[in-house]
Amino acid sequence: MNIEYNERRSLAERSFKGKIGTTLPRLDVPVQDMPDAEDIRTDLFLPEVSEGEVVRYMTLLSQMNFSIDTNYYPLGSCTMKYNPKVNEEMASLPGFANIHPRQPKSTVQGALELAYNLQAILAEIVGMSGCSLSTMAGAQGELAGMLMIRAYHVSRGDHKRKFVLIPDSAHGTNPASAAMCGYEVVTIPSDTAGNMDINALRTACNEETVGLMLTLPNTLGLFDTNILEICKLVHDCGGLVYGDGANMNAMLGRTKLGDLGFDVMHFNLHKTFSTPHGGGGPGSGPVCARDILVPFLPSPVISRNTDEESDSYELYEPDTSIGKTSAFHGNFGMLVRAYTYINLLGASGLLEVSENAVLNANYVLANLKDHYSLPYDRVCMHEVVFSAKMQKQQGVSALDIAKRLIDYGIHPPTMYFPLIVEEALMIEPTETESKETIDNFIQVMQAIAQEVLDDPSLLKNAPYATPNTRLDEAKAARNPDLRWHLSS
Amino acid sequence: MYPNDRKYSKEHEWAKQDINESLLIGITDYAQEHLGDIVYLDLPNVGSMLSKMQKLGEIESVKSVSDIFSPVSGEVIEINNIALDSPELVNSDPHNNGWLVRIIVSNASEFDELLTADEYQSFLDSLGS
Repeated sequence: MNIEYNERRSLAERSFKGKIGTTLPRLDVPVQDMPDAEDIRTDLFLPEVSEGEVVRYMTLLSQMNFSIDTNYYPLGSCTMKYNPKVNEEMASLPGFANIHPRQPKSTVQGALELAYNLQAILAEIVGMSGCSLSTMAGAQGELAGMLMIRAYHVSRGDHKRKFVLIPDSAHGTNPASAAMCGYEVVTIPSDTAGNMDINALRTACNEETVGLMLTLPNTLGLFDTNILEICKLVHDCGGLVYGDGANMNAMLGRTKLGDLGFDVMHFNLHKTFSTPHGGGGPGSGPVCARDILVPFLPSPVISRNTDEESDSYELYEPDTSIGKTSAFHGNFGMLVRAYTYINLLGASGLLEVSENAVLNANYVLANLKDHYSLPYDRVCMHEVVFSAKMQKQQGVSALDIAKRLIDYGIHPPTMYFPLIVEEALMIEPTETESKETIDNFIQVMQAIAQEVLDDPSLLKNAPYATPNTRLDEAKAARNPDLRWHLSS
Repeated sequence: MYPNDRKYSKEHEWAKQDINESLLIGITDYAQEHLGDIVYLDLPNVGSMLSKMQKLGEIESVKSVSDIFSPVSGEVIEINNIALDSPELVNSDPHNNGWLVRIIVSNASEFDELLTADEYQSFLDSLGS
């Protein structure tokens, strides 16, 4: 049997005229007239296949899939950690899975209680006063945070501020969020240690500063040791500090953004708190704020109303809310998963999360620094950024190394980001991987470094072990062919 | 290796004097090499006024999106439509057919201040790449 032939045929190519995969139930409604003939498409091609063929096709596709449940996934900044199955179990409980946002609030008190508790837990973790769970992804959380900062300035009649300060190592969504709020971006360079250039920040801060958007630890995986002074400089000129929570697994239980001087931040539940991620989503990006920004939180926020006779949970809109960021209450199923994860681990478990996240990254750093260039040679947090510039001298790029990793069954790391590192390979081992898995990754990376020296041409065409080998990414971007065409 | 018939900026653009006192602007071989395969160009409209170091457009490669800065002030009088349709031209021939825009300079001294080929080469050497 030709397995290749069977695997690569699309469902349409498996079609055979007259095959039927389903039986329609007996007609039990009045017969309706067909629409006019000219309104009916005649060119709509639907494959004619049996149920068994569809099942095999879909199963083959799923087997070609690469996921956190099949392979190791050290994708920097994305925290592709294992998602415990108990999260799914809890989220599929009928009381959570089968409720509707339009249901009377009295019938969903348990769900609201869970969300209320999660608000309090998230705010506690980062040392903030309030939290809204309605934002549905990290980028939306960012935008909400910046809209809150804008609403704060406007509420004080302070209309002169127009510049948002963003370090050159930031995620690209940061300047995008600032621009969507109508602000201009001022880029703050990094210093040679990988911290923000504090003198450049000092020069940039003035009465037109809206605030600063900062990821901590930053995208180099480094904790900015000047963070207290950074927040003070921004506050001294009347600006506010927004925290991008992409890297929160490095700090859980260790330090609180609120204590450091951040005014508002967002979490990525799909990174830090193990809800599905990367095609399996949806995401969830709750926003937490300190007291002065709580009145601007996106709507709805959940409140608890207790008196002598009753104890109930309600949805409400804060007085000066920036408004709704989602149709209803955000991605509630993700809230159940994150709540499950946090409660199962407890405070001591969350401490272990950050401990192992940082330990694992430093273990990778120590074992690969002799094989790959390390632009910032200091203790890292939850991820480490290498440069492939030594390999570049053999004509091998970060992209080639990433492609070669696929042959060893490992997902490529983040490449070419942050932009300030040439040929960047950004590796986040995550806290959920065993020492054996990480040791294997290290051995593979060392083996690839040796392959670069022995036979650089081997890497230029990798991967070899995948259904499709090296794709022409330039052609795909220049002449995208986005749909399958039925060949007659 | 960098041709002497033009001048260069530290942002890796080149500017070359051409017909009717216009300047052709493009990116250097070093820039295209570091960007990797270029897949999309965003160039200004003809008639746009640019000041020195203002963003002239964007280059998208398979690696990243990068800003292009105007090395001089002036008015855009022509853009390279062939490169717009075939951005790979900027990879294969960055110093000639892969030019990006034609500008009428408003301040000639800005051109004189740019780096010579030798100075640009020294600058690249100092980057250690």
